[in-house]
Amino acid sequence: MVARTLPAIDRDNEAYWTWGREGKLAIHRCAACEYFVHPPVPFCPRCESRDVAPRAVSGRGRVVTFTINHKAWVPELSEPYVLALVAIAEQDDVRIPCNIVGCDADKVDFNMEVEVVFEQTEDLWVPLFRPVTA
Amino acid sequence: MTRFAEKDTAITGVGLSDVSRGATKSALALTVDAALEAIADAGLTRADIDGIATWPGERADGSGFSPVGCAALQDALRLEVGWYGGGGEAPGQYGAVFNAIGAIAAGLCRNVLIFRTMCEATARKTAYANSLLREGQRQAGPFSGYAPYYTYAAALQQALFFNLYVHKSGIRPDQVGQVAVNQRRNAALNPKAIYKTPISIDDYLASPLIATPLRLYDCDVPIDGAAAIIVSRMDVARTLKNPPIRIEAIGSSMRYRNSWTQLAELDTQAQPKVAKMMWSRTDLKPADVDIAQLYDGFSFHTINWLENFGFCERYGAKDFIDGGHRIALDGELPVNTGGGAMSGGRLHAYGAVHEACTQLWGRAGARQVKGDPQICATSTSGGPLAGAMLLVRD
Repeated sequence: MVARTLPAIDRDNEAYWTWGREGKLAIHRCAACEYFVHPPVPFCPRCESRDVAPRAVSGRGRVVTFTINHKAWVPELSEPYVLALVAIAEQDDVRIPCNIVGCDADKVDFNMEVEVVFEQTEDLWVPLFRPVTA
Repeated sequence: MTRFAEKDTAITGVGLSDVSRGATKSALALTVDAALEAIADAGLTRADIDGIATWPGERADGSGFSPVGCAALQDALRLEVGWYGGGGEAPGQYGAVFNAIGAIAAGLCRNVLIFRTMCEATARKTAYANSLLREGQRQAGPFSGYAPYYTYAAALQQALFFNLYVHKSGIRPDQVGQVAVNQRRNAALNPKAIYKTPISIDDYLASPLIATPLRLYDCDVPIDGAAAIIVSRMDVARTLKNPPIRIEAIGSSMRYRNSWTQLAELDTQAQPKVAKMMWSRTDLKPADVDIAQLYDGFSFHTINWLENFGFCERYGAKDFIDGGHRIALDGELPVNTGGGAMSGGRLHAYGAVHEACTQLWGRAGARQVKGDPQICATSTSGGPLAGAMLLVRD
């Protein structure tokens, strides 16, 4: 595959893209009311607390929706591959764009249970998800 | 009752440049063509134009997505304006119109020239420019979360929403394909459309998959071209050449999470609340609408708008478009009568406004809808960028 394009890192999203170094998926969470805030912002829209900070979650989730890409958008882009939105197990409205790896593209389905794995690219650890086995 | 500002405005003229897959003119020259045609169509002169607006404003990034901004057009035409506005932070493409309505209501201007120019066909021949995300650059902004996942085009991220819709509604590919078939049939009667050769459902089903369930014929066509409209204060409009096309009601706003991943309902996107807002500003009902120009960046958007505007029930579009009769030119609700963006070319909902006015003024020639249509529903875009307008001939 071609190299992954990477996101620009700022104070709010740094944990999300780097905690994978320790094998942890970091999602911002309100310490006061336990609401997860994503994309990461240090403000809770539910209780207005500013005590919101990255916290490691289980890394488990479900496939909300997905698509199988068939087009070679750039040279050497091997296809097909799966682009998905995964809802984290802790809160269903936190949705993470990702690729589903570790299974054939045609095995991916709605509501499939998945778990996070990380792929280091440069100084970032990109969250990907694979089917939960067992 | 609240007096809604859009009811004191009307579209008074429209213009459309040559639309092609490779223009011999510059983007600015195409824009001047469309602008001068719209000004003349309204029965105005350059001296009468006292406002300019566009969406999303000049993006000098080589992509051709929006190569011309207000300043360039103002200078080219040497206009003297009291107000201008561009920019992408607006509720979709019609944000330029909604801003113009506000400017007119504020007394800043009386006749606003609104335009949308795209030169993506040429850009794609000269540079790799069809990506949301550029290789080798770190990405910031609304698509940064998609950055590492080979999300090279809007087609991929919209296919996520489309696939969920298909899963929930049970719509079949041969039903989805009726949008493409209908629009190509209409385009065959539109001299300015890009693709005029009719296609069948079998052709649709044989077209390549881009990203499941999205096929090539579900996608709009990148073009070089410009569309322009004149929005005038109503008392001025009533002194001009054409019967005013009143902006009866608009829907916009951010009543949902403005996000390409966290929308509450991914399969309906932002459309339901936008449509609800539009219907709350008029006494008219979906059954009153004669024709519809529904956003068709992808056929999924058109199908979604049929439901969200209330022309059929939630997940009922599959039955509404089955066989294609009801959305045809002689059907109960003719949809995208000029071929839309999928066969006519992507002018990002401004082609749709041009076609709406063309039909409401009875100028559509071979594709003119019978029965003197007077009310047209129009809409923009997907994801969180939804906007809607109900247009009524005075």
